[in-house]
Amino acid sequence: MSTTKESPDLVRVEDLAMDFATEYGTVSALRGVSFSLKAGEVLGIVGESGSGKTVACRAILRLIADNAKVKAGRILFEGEDVLAMDEAALGQMRGEKVAMIFQNPSTHLDPIMAVGRQVAEGMVMHQGATWRDARKRAVSLLEDMQIKDAPRRATAYPHELSGGMRQRVMIAAALACRPQLLIADEPTTALDVTVQAQILELLRRIRRERNLSIILVSHDLGVVAEMCDRVVVMKDGAVVEVGPVEQILNRPVAEYTRRLVASQPSLLPPARPIEKATGAASYLEVKDLEVNFYPGESLLSWAMRKPPQIVRAVDKISIGLRKGGSLGIVGESGSGKSTIARAIVGLVEPERGSIGIAGESLSAGLGHRQPQQLRKLQMVFQDPFMSLNPAFTVARTLAEPLREQSICVESEIPRRIQELMGKVELPLTLLGRKTTQLSGGQRQRVGIARALAMEPEILIADEVTSALDVTIQAQILGLFERLRRELSLTLILISHDLAVVRYLCEDVAVMRHGRLVEYGATDAVLGAPQEEYTRQLIAAIPQLSRHLQAEKVVPFRVECRSI
Amino acid sequence: MALSSRERRLASLRRLPPTLLIGGALTAIWVAFAIFAPFLTDYDPIKVDVIQALKPPGPDHWLGSDAIGRDIFARIVYGARYDLAMAFFGVVGPIILGTAIGLAGGYFGGRIDSILMRILEVTVSFPYFVLVIAIVAVIGPGLKGYFISLTLVNWVSYTRLVRSQVLVLRSADFVLAARGMGFGHLRIMLFHILPNAIIPSVVFVMTDAVLAIVLGSSLGFLGLGVQPPTPEWGAMIAEGQTYLTSAWWIAIFPGIAVCSLALGLSLVADGLARLLNTGP
Repeated sequence: MSTTKESPDLVRVEDLAMDFATEYGTVSALRGVSFSLKAGEVLGIVGESGSGKTVACRAILRLIADNAKVKAGRILFEGEDVLAMDEAALGQMRGEKVAMIFQNPSTHLDPIMAVGRQVAEGMVMHQGATWRDARKRAVSLLEDMQIKDAPRRATAYPHELSGGMRQRVMIAAALACRPQLLIADEPTTALDVTVQAQILELLRRIRRERNLSIILVSHDLGVVAEMCDRVVVMKDGAVVEVGPVEQILNRPVAEYTRRLVASQPSLLPPARPIEKATGAASYLEVKDLEVNFYPGESLLSWAMRKPPQIVRAVDKISIGLRKGGSLGIVGESGSGKSTIARAIVGLVEPERGSIGIAGESLSAGLGHRQPQQLRKLQMVFQDPFMSLNPAFTVARTLAEPLREQSICVESEIPRRIQELMGKVELPLTLLGRKTTQLSGGQRQRVGIARALAMEPEILIADEVTSALDVTIQAQILGLFERLRRELSLTLILISHDLAVVRYLCEDVAVMRHGRLVEYGATDAVLGAPQEEYTRQLIAAIPQLSRHLQAEKVVPFRVECRSI
Repeated sequence: MALSSRERRLASLRRLPPTLLIGGALTAIWVAFAIFAPFLTDYDPIKVDVIQALKPPGPDHWLGSDAIGRDIFARIVYGARYDLAMAFFGVVGPIILGTAIGLAGGYFGGRIDSILMRILEVTVSFPYFVLVIAIVAVIGPGLKGYFISLTLVNWVSYTRLVRSQVLVLRSADFVLAARGMGFGHLRIMLFHILPNAIIPSVVFVMTDAVLAIVLGSSLGFLGLGVQPPTPEWGAMIAEGQTYLTSAWWIAIFPGIAVCSLALGLSLVADGLARLLNTGP
């Protein structure tokens, strides 16, 4: 059965069905999943969280959770059934033939082992190399991963390296035993776009040089389009569609695939024309904002009168918004974009500078602001799993601000809550649920409703979609767009994703190392970037539109011009 | 997945950890004994009856009688009132004081936290029993001294548990959101942080109650606990100690009582830990 075709498949998953025993009963994680991979091929697996893409990949290595059960199916690796292998064969396969890299390199590297040693470990364990030899090879492997000054870096510990560097180390460790197959599970999701582009380039090169087969798991169609020959689309534990990249992107057959492609932020039909706000040029005005952090401050350093360490998170930033305007702030992690948001809301106290609304200057800290001023500025947070009190029900979450800030009289609260639920398009049946019983998208909507309860004039959204699946992300962005229009909100959107900003914002500010790199109308900045860094940022975005055939394209037009 | 709410409730009962059910039952038996003591025995636990002294277990005295003729069974069931009171009051003071300090220190941080933590370290640095005994000796023996000394010494565990949770929670997005909506510190601490920080303490409180009983019994044994002729298990063990070879029942039965209640509470603690860790 396994060798009916001309070139034998390296991996063949046949009708794999898996159940998970949870406290709420049995959940089918995989329902008859089949796909195959030829030697030298790069296969992408896309799907939203919970689609079973990670479970299916780990099963190839028989990395199966304790509460999971394989109900049916086979996994053939070089014609041998992985599920029936004995421990010795399995150990050999895991170490020498198949390697895996993960999303979060900081948790998958041993924090107390020098990285060179971690790369060398596999060679010693699986190939019987001596530590001396292995270490030498590890250094040359790290060099091959374009880690500068590899001999010295090899003695460093994971926490001394940046995220991109750690991912390179993890790839080096995975390649140490010259595997035939590399399984990469969301390898770039935790990285900034510019670093992501570098890692993808690295993967492409090692694939070429080593004739490696790769299974790339990702939620990002852009990444998959850049890397893969064929794509498997998964949903709810089943394969929805399989085919070559071009076909999946241009002629998707399944309804879900069509929706997935259409939901990619870079392909969203622009919310244009974003009508230019007409109000006075300086409704919200931030002038020369400067925020410092003082890490390591303690009673001891205070008592010894040590000069504090200073980290300048935001360095003399000035921005202005018209009433009803929208500004996107983009930048990599650590660029200070979230700190600006928090300073404006008052959660961190700026060192210097002023924040004013409609000519009225706001005090620095929350504690000094009038309730009236507080209400005008509300924030929606990034992580929907941390932004709602897990002890509260939805109703209580929404009632609290109404009651505590006396936004309406007690008897009117139920009606207000219903209105809010309607505004964010949530069914009223969810009101009695604990916030922990909601999905990520639902929670984010509750978070938005809570902010709206305060009847704000300015809404600050901090990476509100980055923790969500693309299809949900598209819905939330659509919701923001509608709310902004209907409630004439002034919107500040913090994001690392230029496509999201392009969709929603008329102005954009590009930040790096706490400074403004470029600032202006979105069209102008993204269409004809003046600064090298902005150009890099734009070039680093996986170009989905390039893979789309012309007549179907609802492209990222602005950016295409610039490249 | 689509269960009705009744089915779900039934399923959730069946999901309760067995240790929680067994421990709960064991503890409930002792609570019932304490409440219904007068109905369980006709004997007065403190009435001296020298003629009936040192009777072995039998039809008259189910668990025998002690050196001055008091019925052991009656003393154990009435004693349950004192020992359960010790278990309860032995943890109530510490959990309130400890949680308040941990919450304040963790939430405000900075110098307030530093100062509170130094006080905590000073308290911890004293030998535990010596400190308890010293405080009891100053205040005077009895339940009041026991209660105050435990509060002054045992709060440290709860402070540490609560503070470590608060340190994480105070920068959680939902707390920032609450601050951004202008809520007061007290509201944020009590409604947003505390309910999410208290779970480890709830588990620990059961274990701590066991230790409190053992400590109370130990103090009783040393003569610093509840004063005679009050029936209290630790004191009973102390009295029976001299008769261990001739009249074993005087010390052994209260010993079993202490152990079974302690076991019950430990099992509840274990069950609660499993239940709360897996989440609602």
